[in-house]
Amino acid sequence: MSSAQGSIKVKDLNFYYGDLHALKNISLIVEPRQIVAMIGPSGCGKSTLIRVFNRMNDLIPATRVEGEILVDGVDIYDKNMDVVSLRRRVGMVFQKSTPFPKSIYDNIAYGLRIVGIKDHRILNETVEKSLRRAALWDEVKDILGKSAMSLSGGQQQRLCIARAIAVDPEIILMDEPCSALDPIATARIEELMGTLKDEYTIVVVTHNMQQAARVSDKTAFLMHGQIIEYTKTTDFFTKPSNKITEDYITGRFG
Amino acid sequence: MKDLIHTAFERTRFRRAVWDNAMVYVLSLCAIGILLILFVILAHLFVQGVSSLNFNFFTHLPKPVGEKGGGMANAIAGTLTLLGLAVLVGVPIGLGAGVYLSEYAHLKFAHTVRFMADVMNGVPSIVYGIFAYIVCVLPMKSFSALSGGFALGIMMIPMISRTSEQFVRMVPSQLREAGLALGIPQWRVIVDIVVPSALAGITTGIMVSLARVAGETAPLLFTAFGNRYWQHSLTQPIAALPLQVFSYAISPFDDWHRQAWAGAIVLILMVLMINGWAQFYVMRRSRWSAGK
Repeated sequence: MSSAQGSIKVKDLNFYYGDLHALKNISLIVEPRQIVAMIGPSGCGKSTLIRVFNRMNDLIPATRVEGEILVDGVDIYDKNMDVVSLRRRVGMVFQKSTPFPKSIYDNIAYGLRIVGIKDHRILNETVEKSLRRAALWDEVKDILGKSAMSLSGGQQQRLCIARAIAVDPEIILMDEPCSALDPIATARIEELMGTLKDEYTIVVVTHNMQQAARVSDKTAFLMHGQIIEYTKTTDFFTKPSNKITEDYITGRFG
Repeated sequence: MKDLIHTAFERTRFRRAVWDNAMVYVLSLCAIGILLILFVILAHLFVQGVSSLNFNFFTHLPKPVGEKGGGMANAIAGTLTLLGLAVLVGVPIGLGAGVYLSEYAHLKFAHTVRFMADVMNGVPSIVYGIFAYIVCVLPMKSFSALSGGFALGIMMIPMISRTSEQFVRMVPSQLREAGLALGIPQWRVIVDIVVPSALAGITTGIMVSLARVAGETAPLLFTAFGNRYWQHSLTQPIAALPLQVFSYAISPFDDWHRQAWAGAIVLILMVLMINGWAQFYVMRRSRWSAGK
């Protein structure tokens, strides 16, 4: 089980796509077992920022990172960092649900099998535990052998969360996890995030300000690659200290 | 002005309607042409060859000149053997190259290799036969099933790599990211997630290439060579349906001509069956994936 780990500390982060300066002098701290929401207009860099935390941007050619990003005090852009093991500790859920072309059971067991866990008892236990944790167990316990593609969009997204949990990460990054879901499925995911935060740190990118207000402990507002405001969510939405933030959350632009 | 445009439209109305209909007819005739050609070929084959298609044809060796009857059992087995060998050569290399080009290769390099593959696809098949003759038959000092399978296999490589690359590239990048984000090494993501997602397209590509080489005669002339008896080892000359059809068709005997037609029917049926089986397999798998 994860101990009191799962902190992220960013200091003077600058990020470039080629010549495009996408993130500018970002510094922030995410404390363990908190939900941090990232909001801001399209293209402001919020997705780019969370993709720094599990080095997902490595896949994009001609990107460059400057600054210091510490996960549990360890510099994740250090030369000796093992990206694969970083990603085991920092899981990710995407905007579009991404079930693998496998059965429901295998989708979850896959992350364990890959590290050589073959014991059926452990696999069964983890699959059940993860699915329960993602509030999906009751709906799928009788169809574990069916293709994951047969699930509904909301179920698929919860499956992806269960899959991320199964490898026991400390941090879960969520990139607009509900933007393709209907309000009921969205409510279930939000509820789930609330229960997950007693074990995991969650960083969620969202376009939905109400969602940020509902689920998060802290909210960061980004614009043009800069953090405009980063504070406790209750303060953020009731007494923003920055005029731009106020304009944004009151719907004057964005 | 408005009236002018209106009357112009009215004036050309009939002409437009005629052209519109005419184009539909011409295009549909082209489409029917495809069916017609296939139908004529099949009907002709059937009429000419069906009298020789009997149980013996599938179970017996060819008879010597002048004797009635006999079959092409050895050629049927030979063609299956050659296709099996070709798959062993063509699929791993073709698929591997396709996956590499889609997942790892620099765009410029991928472009170059793709161009080369297109060139290879255009090389006359007899050239592959000569190539296999030089690199296999001469060193082994014998015509053989192995060299025939090799010739057909390298013909399959560019076709398979082209289609595999195309279909692997079509797999959504989010799926790859999801795998990597789970802490799965890239090669495992490719093997376990990306390739299975593209399997339907890859299989179709393999089947099309297999169907194409199944009927090749030229590359087998200096490699498999043909054999009127059962072959007992892969290092011996081996019979193949296209070769047998060829040698019977240019013979002066009516009975052999009929058998050549029958051989052609069997060859087509074999290709159809392999294709049908693959389609069935892919369909069942994709139905499962879709949750039906």
